[in-house]
Amino acid sequence: MPTQVLMPALSPTMEEGTLAKWLVKEGDAITAGDVIAEIETDKATMEVEAVDEGTLGRILILEGTEGVKVNTPIAMILEDGEDASALDGTTVTGAPAPPDVAESTPPATQTDADQSASPPAAVAAVSRAAPELEIPANTEMIATTVREALRDAMAEEMRRDGDVFIMGEEVAEYQGAYKVTQGLLQEFGPERVIDTPITEHGFAGIGTGAAFAGLKPIVEFMTFNFAMQAIDHIINSAAKTLYMSGGQMGCSMVFRGPNGAAARVAAQHSQDYSSWYAQVPGLKVIAPYSAADAKGLLKSAIRDPNPIIFLENEILYGQSFDVPALDDWLIPIGRAKILRSGDGVTLVSYSRSVAYALEAADALAEEGISAEVIDLRTLRPLDLETVVQSVMKTNRLVTVEEAWPVCSIGTEVCQQVTSRAFDYLDAPPTKVAGANVPMPYAANLEKLALPSVAQVVAAAKAVSYA
Amino acid sequence: MTSANDEAVAPPNQAGSQRSAAAVATNGADSSSQLSHDEELQAYRDMLLIRRFEEKAGQLYGMGYIGGFCHLYIGQEAVVVGMQMALRQGDQLITGYRDHGHMLACGMDPKGVMAELTGRQGGYSRGKGGSMHMFSVEKAFYGGHGIVAAQVPLGAGLAFANRYRKNGQVSLTYFGEGAANQGQVYETFNMASLWKLPVIFIIENNRYAMGTAVARAAAKSEELYARGAAFGIPGEQVDGMDVGTVNAAGERAIAHARAGNGPYILEMMTYRYRGHSMSDPAKYRTREEVQKVREEQDPIERLRTRLLAGGTSEDGLKAVDKEIRAIVNDAAEFSQTNPEPAESELWTDITRDLSA
Repeated sequence: MPTQVLMPALSPTMEEGTLAKWLVKEGDAITAGDVIAEIETDKATMEVEAVDEGTLGRILILEGTEGVKVNTPIAMILEDGEDASALDGTTVTGAPAPPDVAESTPPATQTDADQSASPPAAVAAVSRAAPELEIPANTEMIATTVREALRDAMAEEMRRDGDVFIMGEEVAEYQGAYKVTQGLLQEFGPERVIDTPITEHGFAGIGTGAAFAGLKPIVEFMTFNFAMQAIDHIINSAAKTLYMSGGQMGCSMVFRGPNGAAARVAAQHSQDYSSWYAQVPGLKVIAPYSAADAKGLLKSAIRDPNPIIFLENEILYGQSFDVPALDDWLIPIGRAKILRSGDGVTLVSYSRSVAYALEAADALAEEGISAEVIDLRTLRPLDLETVVQSVMKTNRLVTVEEAWPVCSIGTEVCQQVTSRAFDYLDAPPTKVAGANVPMPYAANLEKLALPSVAQVVAAAKAVSYA
Repeated sequence: MTSANDEAVAPPNQAGSQRSAAAVATNGADSSSQLSHDEELQAYRDMLLIRRFEEKAGQLYGMGYIGGFCHLYIGQEAVVVGMQMALRQGDQLITGYRDHGHMLACGMDPKGVMAELTGRQGGYSRGKGGSMHMFSVEKAFYGGHGIVAAQVPLGAGLAFANRYRKNGQVSLTYFGEGAANQGQVYETFNMASLWKLPVIFIIENNRYAMGTAVARAAAKSEELYARGAAFGIPGEQVDGMDVGTVNAAGERAIAHARAGNGPYILEMMTYRYRGHSMSDPAKYRTREEVQKVREEQDPIERLRTRLLAGGTSEDGLKAVDKEIRAIVNDAAEFSQTNPEPAESELWTDITRDLSA
């Protein structure tokens, strides 16, 4: 049977084109790959190559014909041994032949898929993490700095699983630029505690590749400011591969390091990237405040089979908190924590800003306003359930963060609460955030650029009409 | 032509040694092949599968079954087939977006590949990856990456895992001569050499980075294989249009890396016959240039000539052609009749559960 040559689509958007020129004539022998015609689209002139072998039996669309629809037969190729009688019944046209609908309609690619931002309820329901385990009574609590808690978490997980290793700048011999990896080289050796050159893009990619192969890297960025050099691997390579592979291949790994403002290091070293990463499907994002949370969440992050962004804070590194002396202290990812109960106003925060919220709650109590303080701890997936339950009780919401205010975590929390608990709100949800400017160096200006306890108190009073 | 293997592999400590096979051979020219007759026949079959598969993919694109970006490997078949024959079970491959040939060469099912191109449930990524994003853990194929040169540190990361586990495996990391200008390639060269990672960097120099000829984009474009010299990585330029020559160079490079001597660079001089992607009219080169390469250097024709001269019958090769056409037609048929993914697939594979 003769084979039809169809008008090809030569770009993702082409629907029709002009058959500009035939480069072969009827009776010519054709082999696959021969250029047989030229087609003009609205963008360019393209060559059409033969896919089949044989003899050009008949040209169906004459050259110069405009508006030839994609998939219209333009010629017939005879196989070896066939003669022209096989072509009986075909007609030549100078205009596009009416396309056979059944053949020319490409397979449906448009679906009525739900375009909403969230999965259907049945899918969403499974995303909430298991509740946190109670700390057994009489458990000894040990005052520990955030720095030590992070180190202990890594050391415990490295003892537990030989596939866990850490790489980054100054993590080994220098003992960590901020001493978070102190002692790890001595315990685990240079095969598992690896100093990298200053080459964030490269080592983030190597770490991700190692995770593809099944290892469990902890990639330390000296600060997340430098992770911008590496963000393509974090997002395009680490976060998206599970989805793009249909679930075949992902990466179990942690990108960690200090995030946000330190002190007097100015614009390029003082950015909070929380909302950047929290926006990306495929990542989980954690930003703890206390040492106990830092330890329990980092241990969970290292065991988690997904790429995790673990945002620490340099100012918190040296602060001490009680950490339970348990063999395996794990905190589920995706659970906020109520740090202080109250029924007058809900203060929602994460990372270092939690300190502002707690201090503001003390000040508000003196003025007779009872504030409930929620530490989000995980920024993706967000534990909105805990926040919404609180707002249904207090009817007021203030978010507190050091990040820029535009498209921030606070923005997301305010919007979600507004849409889920609108009828419970007695005042518009309010954000307290960093100033919408690059971080200045001068001490007085830096102070102005960061949120203050006074701002949180003022916002809480404003939504309380007090 | 100057053969690429006319001297032994440089001693591992002789950092940065390079040799060059400057000229690209023409049809019928001597090949440095060490392949047996059976291996050559297998190479012919594997290259033909890629050629016919890609022609069919181009056809299905034209018919609207394949959408978006589609980068065909036609003309470059000898590179991946020659390298694949030098590998051992478990060695890994990773490449960029011109990846169909690599997937077929490592034994992935043509049906699953074609069905991914058409965005169907039976595709390797269940229709969620498409032409540029396919993977097979089973065949140690790690993608399929759409960001130019991203696969280079990722491939070194696979090699890092091999070294960490001391499993004796190597990673083949393919990238184009266009990707060779990305900064992360040199970050990777540095660490791969510093840590002696078992990785072969294969630069598929098909002479055009989209529409930019290599000489317009790369300093010292005639010797990309030498770009590892500053890091102590040996490299050589190889006639990438001859499968036997590719295989011999691959054996040398892989032996070097597997022995613990660190990375190796092979610059494969090759050519793509088609445009960069389907919507590229390829006006940056003449039709005569393309035609000349096809006539004088086509990797399949060269091997066919050699096989016939070596006593393989025309009928024998015709039988291979027929078998390949049937495989490709089956794949095309499957890719058009297999259903699209269920709508519920939109929400799966975003993150994994701990128990999974």
